[in-house]
Amino acid sequence: MSQYAIPSGWEAVIGLEIHAQLATRSKIFSGASTAFGAEPNAQACAVDLGLPGVLPVLNEGAVRMASLFGLAIDADISRVSSFDRKNYFYPDLPKGYQTTQLARPIVVGGEVTITTGEGKKAREHTIRVTRAHLEEDAGKSLHEDFHGMSGIDLNRAGTPLIEIVSEPDMRSPEQAVAYARKIHAIVQYLGICDGNMQEGSFRVDANISVRPEGDEAFGTRTEIKNVNSFRFLQRAIEFEIERQIDLLETGGEVVQATRLYDPDRDETRLMRTKEEADDYRYFPCPDLLPVELDEATIESWRAELPELPDAKAGRYQTEYGLSAYDAGVLTSSRATAEYFEAVIAREGSDAKLAANWVMGEVAALLNRLELEIGECPVPADKLADLLERINDGTLSNKLGREVFEALAEEGGSVDAIIEARGLKQISDTGAIEAMVDEVIEANPGQVEAYRGGKDKLFGFFVGQVMKAAKGKANPKAVNEVLKRRLDGE
Amino acid sequence: MSTNDSPQGGDAALINASIAQLKDWLAAGELSANDLAAAFERRIETIDPELNSLISRVEANAPASTDGPLAGIPYAHKDIFCAKGTRTTCGSRMLGDWVAPYDSTVHERLSQSGAVLLGKANMDEFAMGSSNENSHFGAVANPWDTAAVPGGSSGGSAAAVAARLVPFATGTDTGGSIRQPAAFCGVTGIKPTYGRVSRYGMIAYASSFDQGGVIAKSAADCALVLGEMAGFDPKDSTSSDEAVPDYVAGLDGSIEGLRVGIPKQWFSDALDPAVGDAVTAAIDELRAAGARMVEIDLPDADIALAAYYLLAPAEASSNLSRFDGVRFGYRCEDPKDLQDLYERTRSEGFGSEVKRRILVGTYALSAGYYDAFYRRAQKARRLVTEHFQRAFDQCDLIAGPVTPTPAFDRGAHSDDPAKMYLEDIFTIPVNLAGLPGMSVPAGFVNGRPVGLQLIGRHFDEGRLLNVAHQYQQRVDWHERMPSIAGDSANDNREG
Repeated sequence: MSQYAIPSGWEAVIGLEIHAQLATRSKIFSGASTAFGAEPNAQACAVDLGLPGVLPVLNEGAVRMASLFGLAIDADISRVSSFDRKNYFYPDLPKGYQTTQLARPIVVGGEVTITTGEGKKAREHTIRVTRAHLEEDAGKSLHEDFHGMSGIDLNRAGTPLIEIVSEPDMRSPEQAVAYARKIHAIVQYLGICDGNMQEGSFRVDANISVRPEGDEAFGTRTEIKNVNSFRFLQRAIEFEIERQIDLLETGGEVVQATRLYDPDRDETRLMRTKEEADDYRYFPCPDLLPVELDEATIESWRAELPELPDAKAGRYQTEYGLSAYDAGVLTSSRATAEYFEAVIAREGSDAKLAANWVMGEVAALLNRLELEIGECPVPADKLADLLERINDGTLSNKLGREVFEALAEEGGSVDAIIEARGLKQISDTGAIEAMVDEVIEANPGQVEAYRGGKDKLFGFFVGQVMKAAKGKANPKAVNEVLKRRLDGE
Repeated sequence: MSTNDSPQGGDAALINASIAQLKDWLAAGELSANDLAAAFERRIETIDPELNSLISRVEANAPASTDGPLAGIPYAHKDIFCAKGTRTTCGSRMLGDWVAPYDSTVHERLSQSGAVLLGKANMDEFAMGSSNENSHFGAVANPWDTAAVPGGSSGGSAAAVAARLVPFATGTDTGGSIRQPAAFCGVTGIKPTYGRVSRYGMIAYASSFDQGGVIAKSAADCALVLGEMAGFDPKDSTSSDEAVPDYVAGLDGSIEGLRVGIPKQWFSDALDPAVGDAVTAAIDELRAAGARMVEIDLPDADIALAAYYLLAPAEASSNLSRFDGVRFGYRCEDPKDLQDLYERTRSEGFGSEVKRRILVGTYALSAGYYDAFYRRAQKARRLVTEHFQRAFDQCDLIAGPVTPTPAFDRGAHSDDPAKMYLEDIFTIPVNLAGLPGMSVPAGFVNGRPVGLQLIGRHFDEGRLLNVAHQYQQRVDWHERMPSIAGDSANDNREG
């Protein structure tokens, strides 16, 4: 990611509101399925449709998941939380109100640590979480294909969400993205959200303001909605910071408003100003009892917590001797960590070698194919096979890459590929000695020069031998034999 | 009308019989469920055009159970209860042709007990009203005097039971909507403790007040029906898992030594003296049956009224948002855009009282007004509840009037909603506190019935029914039947 710098003399203040869909099987207040991709309105029952007379019943799985999140970020889990109604009219909001938690959210406080920069420039920041509350998702309005009308799909209506609200603790787009990624990793580690941003399972709104460097008071903020990738989040915040600074530097004013990010034009557009905002007329939802949690329940959930990204990264450093950066990258998503751990589960494996391969070849392959690691065409056990062959000297790193490409393209087993393509490294000393002798014989001038003190020519001989071996000679063995023959007898 | 196909004196005997008596006849094979339903259907046919107590007729199905506690007993639902396949209007143009695609829990339970649905009863639109004049389907006449209102909002239910069109009817009570029409129509009605009867499938007016209940001729009939309706429902988070006692078995207990609280503030100038006399006479009967009277303090009927008329509309403004013309119910013609769809659908689909309460409620919840209105009203609600709790330290049950006056004439309060709201002054405090309350026929003033209100502790329905039943062993007000034009059964009434 190219490094963005905020224009000097200015400081940006950023807070994020993240909506994470909880991975419950059924909806937050009804028994309808939450699976994505069904025919429109096939997964909306009487409760989701808001039919007259229906009542909500809270899905306790959603309470557990929200609490797990709270425990993971070291927040307070409210012993009593409660639901409120947020009233507004919109066609994809069937009841005319969203059931949410305003006054008493289930998760209060908490914080996450993020790292920006690499190596010596690496900096840690603590981002405070204000609260996280349970609420129901709305349906979707579909404006295409209806000839001047809109279609309403209520499959998503009633899907449980946690809305995670941060303090305005971030000062750069880079920090905001690091924070969003960290929350993304945590909810996936916890198994409470699939994190799919394209399908809208994980959505980020950014509150952004700017102020002259050194000022205490916050500037007027805008809220950017509709950001569905980390890259867009970075771009949207950059754009908005620039827009606000331009306004202020040219004597204008920032208007408190909600804006939409348009990735096609790479700009934010006004959606509505504060004056146009609805009065949501919040009040306690009379259909739902307060959620009461006792100590024992909360402790049993705490005991369920898996190893989280920060702890895992720490362990990778102490246990495997990985660098902080590498450990951070490998633990940045649950799927990456799982892949890495599956590779090093092989007996005799080399964690550093595995780390290099996962962050190098595997990452490059996924990047090229635009795939997630869970969809990697070279599964972890195949990579483990491959690394085993590098470790035992059958393959050089270079030959390993060739096998890896073959695995990615055609699949099959590592040994079969080595066999079929004749990629086996030549480690047989006799064969290598024969090739070395041939090279020495064919290049008397260079041998003389080398022996006369031109050490640099050693590389030339290695190259010649490898050429003769079509690249398959074990480099270590070639070195040894050459040294012996040139320096020795 | 034939009188030969019913046991012991034809339709007149059938329609006046207690539910227990009807069950006996059915069990003994002296009467079939079909014949029983047919007798009431004939009666609905002849008399209801005069009363307009039912919005929809429902073709009588064979009972779902032949040995359930209500097997074969006909009834009507207030048209606020969803019953799959029946038009469920809530008295509104908004749901004028909406057919419920699912069953309310109350309907499911009554069906399982074998009761036979004959119709959906008229009501004030979305249960907002005290006269049944706010129905899109027309006003209901009081069977005792067709110039009078039957009360509301369960006016159709009360009128239908009073006119013997059904042995019992369901009702709902948010601020008095079972008790007040029961009082006006001379029938017995019980509003249970909030949470006693599931609200699932009962179209919401004000969710923290709404409670389903029964209107029938007697406390004994109410006991039988309530026992079938009540109980925990996993589909209603606010329903209670408190065990449901056998209400029928509890009817015969003695009330000797029972401490009956009489709220002194309720017998003031606000109360029509003739109503006061009737209620006092009823209290004297309780004394004669062995109860002791204790004067208690319930000073805040007026603040209860004010609090109710903020809180209930606030909840209603939210509950009724779903009627937007998008998914079901009334939709205006040719909306030009979304805003127009909302505005015209809701302007045309709702009646004026509903719109008034939506506006009041919206205002009460608005930014800047919430603390002054909604929050203060909640405080008042807690205060009213505390006063009841204090009163129940001194007494086991409270007795007093249901309404300040007997049924008023249709149109009498049409121009003055505030005056109409005063009709609920004795009933509303009970809803604020979520207590069970009953209305029991206690006499007549100028030919119009008067009710005695009994209020109990939370989940003390059994005691209310017991006291009402003991009272009804000593009086016959509940056995009187109105004379209705064109009703041949009148010749056989009241021995």
